Amino acid sequence: MIAFTSFPPQADDAYRKTRHYKEQKDDEYMDLDNDEFDGPHAAKLTCPGESLTSSQDFMRGHGTYVDNEEVIASVAGTVERVNRLVTVRAASSRYNPEVGDLVVGRITEVQPRRWKVAANSRQDAVLMLSSVNLPGGVQRRKLESDELQMRTFFEEGDLLVAEVQAFFADGAMSLHTRSLKYGKLRNGQLVMIPPVLVRRLKSHFLTLPCNVDVILGLNGYIWISKHVKANEQEGEQGFDAEAVYSNQNDVRLSFLPFNRMNLNCARKDIDSATRTAISRVSNIIKILAAHFIPLSDTLLLDAYAWTMEQEASDVKRLLLEDYGDALVAAVASG
Amino acid sequence: MRSHTFHDRANINVEVVVASFSTGERRKRLRGDKRVLEFAATIKATFEPVIRTSLYPRSQIDIYVQVLQQDGSTLQACINATTLALINAGIPMTDFVCAVTGGVHSTSPMLDLTTLEENDIPHVTVAVMPKTKKVVLVTMETRLHVDRFEEILNLARDAGAILHQEMKEAVLSRSASLIAMAEPVTKGQSRADDDVIVD
Repeated sequence: MIAFTSFPPQADDAYRKTRHYKEQKDDEYMDLDNDEFDGPHAAKLTCPGESLTSSQDFMRGHGTYVDNEEVIASVAGTVERVNRLVTVRAASSRYNPEVGDLVVGRITEVQPRRWKVAANSRQDAVLMLSSVNLPGGVQRRKLESDELQMRTFFEEGDLLVAEVQAFFADGAMSLHTRSLKYGKLRNGQLVMIPPVLVRRLKSHFLTLPCNVDVILGLNGYIWISKHVKANEQEGEQGFDAEAVYSNQNDVRLSFLPFNRMNLNCARKDIDSATRTAISRVSNIIKILAAHFIPLSDTLLLDAYAWTMEQEASDVKRLLLEDYGDALVAAVASG
Repeated sequence: MRSHTFHDRANINVEVVVASFSTGERRKRLRGDKRVLEFAATIKATFEPVIRTSLYPRSQIDIYVQVLQQDGSTLQACINATTLALINAGIPMTDFVCAVTGGVHSTSPMLDLTTLEENDIPHVTVAVMPKTKKVVLVTMETRLHVDRFEEILNLARDAGAILHQEMKEAVLSRSASLIAMAEPVTKGQSRADDDVIVD
């Protein structure tokens, strides 16, 4: 015979608090005309199915729909209003691309004259063969021979940084890498965080004083790599095809086969200090993302400096929970 | 999965896994795969009219349900959990979906049944959209007297409204905490104008 006993009543956790909900009238409009609405502290929260306003006075934007002459929210988040346009911005969602955004992505498929790129969006992005730079920096039409050797540029699994160029009719984004800033990524590590935590900055290419480059993709993919000095980046004329589409990380010269030594003589090994710095920065970013704190260049710098100040500045210790909490408390408050 | 894409809307893919240790006594496969597949199909049919799939043409929304522990009213729990997960993921929906299982013992209706109760008494699972008060799902695997049906259905709909309040509170507090955590950017923004390029 099985005996049933109910669970002992728990001390007041967050769940118990929700028992006492307020009586709320369902068809109560939010006061959108309120002057305080535009203030920073007036962020109004809503959730799917809540009436926001009448559709006769307001236009519906993203995150809303119209039913029965009412504008109704379809996602949970903050209500925003620009003049007569009402939108709801979800607290967290997939990446919503815009033209000109910098994204980091991974090649998933090679197709005729195009690559498919996974970029944390709703659909795979497309990188057309006509939107990449050819090795040698020559400007010409892409020939059939280029189509046949597309895998020498990008292969499945390659990571790349690109810019959003346009959209297709179904909402998929088209990328381009027609700049020396963009292209294949190597010498580093990828960190994925929620896209809302990457805000638009003046520059998404950061160089930290610890000899580390950070590329903040607006899609929430962040590339942390060894710093490349500006004078080592070849100019438009001396466009170094070998380096741009290379699949190799930088290695010590002695590790290279003899016949490749000359080609790679400009490259240097990734020393262990740089490797440690890369891991440290990526761990910091993971901690900030776990605490849902938006990234910014100054925040990263402050956090890096804070971890270096600590007595036991071991990179592995960063991932301990109390250490991360202390980091967030120190950086976010100060 | 090119065969599963629609040019005008998103495809919804539901996969349900029931852990063999989820029930009171361990079972190898829980009443066959058929039942689990039907479960998935029910969840898919419930959410297809609610998710605004036309916003995402040629895409797919994956819903993975894993039952780790169960003691009755499993479908109800799956649907409510899916609603909350979809809202948390920022997927546009016309409304919440609130499900509840109701049964009747002789003449007294009851809600939210355990496994023992489900085995013994006729029961029905009802899912409602609280805003429009539309019923999106009624499913019954046992025989129920027709005179009792209306009583249970109404009770379940009322229960759906209560559930909606609870779920709304949870969603709002979750959103509020996320937004509050993302708030303290003031420090970074003040200096954001000068780019940090240190060589």
